[in-house]
Amino acid sequence: MSDWAGVFIFLVVALIFGAGGIVTSFLIHPRRQNPAKLEEYECGLPTRGPTWVQFRTSYFLYALLFVIFDVETIYLYPWAVKFQSLGLFAFIEMIIFIFILIVGLWYAWKEGALEWK
Amino acid sequence: MLENLFVGVADWLRSLLGGLGTPVEINEAIVMLVKLVAILVFILLNAAWLVYMERKVAAYMQARIGPNRVGPKGLLQPFADVGKLICKEIVIPRKADIVVFLLAPVLIFVPTVMVFAVIPFGKNMAAIDMNIGVFYLLAITSLSTLFLWMGGWASNSKYSLIGSMRVVAQMVSYELPLVLGLLGVIMIVGSLRMSDIIAAQEHVWFIFTQPIAFLIYFTAAVAETNRCPFDLVEGESEIISGPYTEYAGMAFAMFFMAEYANIMVICAMATIMFLGGWHAPFGLDFIPSWIWFFLKMYALIFIVMQLRWTYPRIRVDQLMGFGWKVLVPLALANIFITGVGMKIYQAIGW
Repeated sequence: MSDWAGVFIFLVVALIFGAGGIVTSFLIHPRRQNPAKLEEYECGLPTRGPTWVQFRTSYFLYALLFVIFDVETIYLYPWAVKFQSLGLFAFIEMIIFIFILIVGLWYAWKEGALEWK
Repeated sequence: MLENLFVGVADWLRSLLGGLGTPVEINEAIVMLVKLVAILVFILLNAAWLVYMERKVAAYMQARIGPNRVGPKGLLQPFADVGKLICKEIVIPRKADIVVFLLAPVLIFVPTVMVFAVIPFGKNMAAIDMNIGVFYLLAITSLSTLFLWMGGWASNSKYSLIGSMRVVAQMVSYELPLVLGLLGVIMIVGSLRMSDIIAAQEHVWFIFTQPIAFLIYFTAAVAETNRCPFDLVEGESEIISGPYTEYAGMAFAMFFMAEYANIMVICAMATIMFLGGWHAPFGLDFIPSWIWFFLKMYALIFIVMQLRWTYPRIRVDQLMGFGWKVLVPLALANIFITGVGMKIYQAIGW
């Protein structure tokens, strides 16, 4: 049996387990509803305004930086596995690659993208 | 005998099924299913008792006694808690997005269970010894960010939304040093297979050759699981309980169990990558390999719990600054130094 068939079994059983827990609870838990209980929690006061609003952009900047560096790691992992047999040339190439990314990080740092204002 | 206890059970099951004359694929699938059920039971019991352990550690650090009513020394307390949580009503807020709200606790457990497939608990005791084990583990664990965010967003509560935004920002920022920190070990071993990594540590554990990587990994891993001092996500004094604010009963319990299972995953991973996995230190081979693995894992879990009651929570700007300005450059420097060191090592020809 291939590895991925095993992973698939894990995925299916995990899904069944997660759904089963919630469904079991739904079958046995009591239902006593009242309007106040169904309000969302906000320290006891009535809520004001919509929740799903535009959010601050600092989060977006971190997400952008993350995407850049996360793609980098996809390149770094195969390189690291074959590191010992690749020789000096591949090592220097990767240093150049990381250096370009470090310049990017430095630029983001300089422009204040890493500051939480 | 004790050493090969679990491997022996699997072999016995395989030979038993082989006698039935069913196709090999089906037999293998049944063996895998049995392994999976064993892992699932292990996760659940462990998550339950880790909650108990956490409360006991907290109590003793604060000079209290902790839970001691249910069962001897309070050992049955987690089961009383689980029973209570199952019987509690799952309140769905009126304004919540019902589908996503209920989907999040169902899905939160999936990546955690899937990750346990590749963790070797002892010699030959990984359910699947995959050739890209480390990469698979990192890829799957990063999914849990999404499910926490789903829960927080769908609750339609302001605390939940702030909490879930923090989840994304924090877990995304600390995933990088976590992933980059492990690269030093991968470079030395030259394989992503868990058993190869452990085999490479037969004589020297990687914590001695890669101490900086271990510190980077462990710090980032504690932040990834949203544990104190990085628990801004659910900082109860600021945003009630973050993404979990609107969850009750079993839905909350799913998040809670997933959190403790994730602590197990990161500590197991640290054991595999840096503490020699199931290798016995000082030649104490007469103790089975899986006992060594659990000893190392629980020692790390104890450290994680101790951290929570030792350090105060840090601020959001400190959190993001520490991740991006300290850990990421440090991890990149570690890769560079490891590479240069290995090239010099090869050039000298030791």
